[in-house]
Amino acid sequence: MLAVAGLTKQIGDQQILRGIDLQVASGETLVIIGRSGSGKSVLLKHLIGLMLPSSGEVFIEGRQIVGLKERQLLPIRKTVGMMFQGCALFDAMTVEENVAFPLREAGERNAGVIRAKVAEALEVVDLTGHEQKLPVNLSGGMKKRVALARVVITRPHCVLYDEPTAGLDPVVSDSINHLIRRLQRQFGVTSIVVTHDMKCAGHVADKVAFLHEGAIYFYGAFADLVASQDPLIQDFIQGRSGDKD
Amino acid sequence: MVALFMLLLRFLGSTALSLFGYLGELLFLMLETARSFVTMPVRWRLALGQILEVGYRSQLVVIVTGAFTGAVFAAQTYFQFHRLSMDTAVGAVVAVSMFRELGPVLTGLMVAGRVGAAMSAEIGTMKVTEQLDALRSLGVHPVDYLVVPRMIAMMLSMPMLVAECVGIGILTGMFVAVHLLGVSQVWYVNYMLRFTALRDLEMALTKGFVFGLLIVFVACNEGLKSKEGAVGVGRATTEAVVIGSLVILVINFFLTMVLNVFFPTT
Ligand SMILES: Nc1ncnc2c1ncn2[C@@H]1O[C@H](COP(=O)(O)OP(=O)(O)O)[C@@H](O)[C@H]1O
Ligand SMILES: [Mg+2]
Repeated sequence: MLAVAGLTKQIGDQQILRGIDLQVASGETLVIIGRSGSGKSVLLKHLIGLMLPSSGEVFIEGRQIVGLKERQLLPIRKTVGMMFQGCALFDAMTVEENVAFPLREAGERNAGVIRAKVAEALEVVDLTGHEQKLPVNLSGGMKKRVALARVVITRPHCVLYDEPTAGLDPVVSDSINHLIRRLQRQFGVTSIVVTHDMKCAGHVADKVAFLHEGAIYFYGAFADLVASQDPLIQDFIQGRSGDKD
Repeated sequence: MVALFMLLLRFLGSTALSLFGYLGELLFLMLETARSFVTMPVRWRLALGQILEVGYRSQLVVIVTGAFTGAVFAAQTYFQFHRLSMDTAVGAVVAVSMFRELGPVLTGLMVAGRVGAAMSAEIGTMKVTEQLDALRSLGVHPVDYLVVPRMIAMMLSMPMLVAECVGIGILTGMFVAVHLLGVSQVWYVNYMLRFTALRDLEMALTKGFVFGLLIVFVACNEGLKSKEGAVGVGRATTEAVVIGSLVILVINFFLTMVLNVFFPTT
């Protein structure tokens, strides 16, 4: 479904990704964990061609996308949804317009259909009643949920989540985890979830990849990650920095 | 001495290189926009919104500019011409100048300030807050969505704004000359009509059209490539206004030379 091979990315003289190989099967959920700045967001952006690799290959549904022109990428991207770390809501549009945007772009013109689907999507993320608000007037958690509604409304085959639960209260985090899980179970959505929330990882992961300094340090089942005796992994899981007071 | 010369050469070289690089960027954006305009469905609703923003809401600025330029130009011309007893020729001079140079250039500069800045700030903010990436991730090309509607709005609005500026300028010029300075209205109008023709209006509209395109491409290009958060957006906005204005002044000279072949003065 989604795969990268030998992916490297250099910006200026910083080597951000150093040879990444990953495969995500259809319907599978891969969780990518790693310290802040390890290159998780950059990796996600490569997966839908928002950034171009310095070398390596990226495949979406078997199709190599590196080297395609922006215009050729656009239809392919419609099958892959991405929820950005900063939400990236269109700040000139209301919540309703943001969520309806992908539908309109998919060619839906019937106002009744759009309204019904938007209402349904907002209900799923528990935002009914906030349709007319502008993104600036939303809290961080609400923005995340609007972003999620905007991604899933067109039922993409695959969704990339960039820290979907970061900065949210535990209850909302839990409901988002359930949502990710439900999309996968009910609709067979392939998911890649970037997070450093271990609870989220444990909840949704089929496989876990631990990204460290632009390379994959560990790849396997969540249980194996937790059981690993590797000090780097243990420090990450336990949240130890090694600093002394 | 040789070292100094080399330094100068290197400076000129790098300046020329970055100039060509910039022109290349602009040309690339223009081609992409033209291609999108021709081959992709146009978002008319967005274009209409932009017309409202750049055309309708720029009017006050343009009217004030036109009015006071016409007024001061008529007064100044009168002061000079009066000594030569050519009072009645003031109307012709004011009208031709407003049509051919002052109207288009001043409207262009005002719109570059007002609209160019707004466009680059808006698109630049979308860039640095990843809204452009979000557009792309939803399968929408930023040029289709942002640049084409703005280009259409400018192509339609700028000629009208120029016409408005010129019209107001000529009227206030006449008011100042006739009512404040005592030039004979009949002769003022008579000479004005004799020395202006449809060609002058055509020149004004053509210039407005070209300046509109220059403003929109410079501003959108600055917005699309802006980086580094709020500082970057601020820089993009400043550059959009400065470069936009300079380009208008420079291109205006060449346009005048070329257009005089097609629309010679009476
Ligand atoms: N557009 C960019 N230009 C330069 N450096 C970048 C850019 N995007 C990310 N980086 C750098 O790449 C590294 C990884 O960033 P990122 O993928 O955002 O980390 P995270 O794993 O926290 O998501 C960081 O050191 C960051 O500074
Ligand atoms: Mg990140």
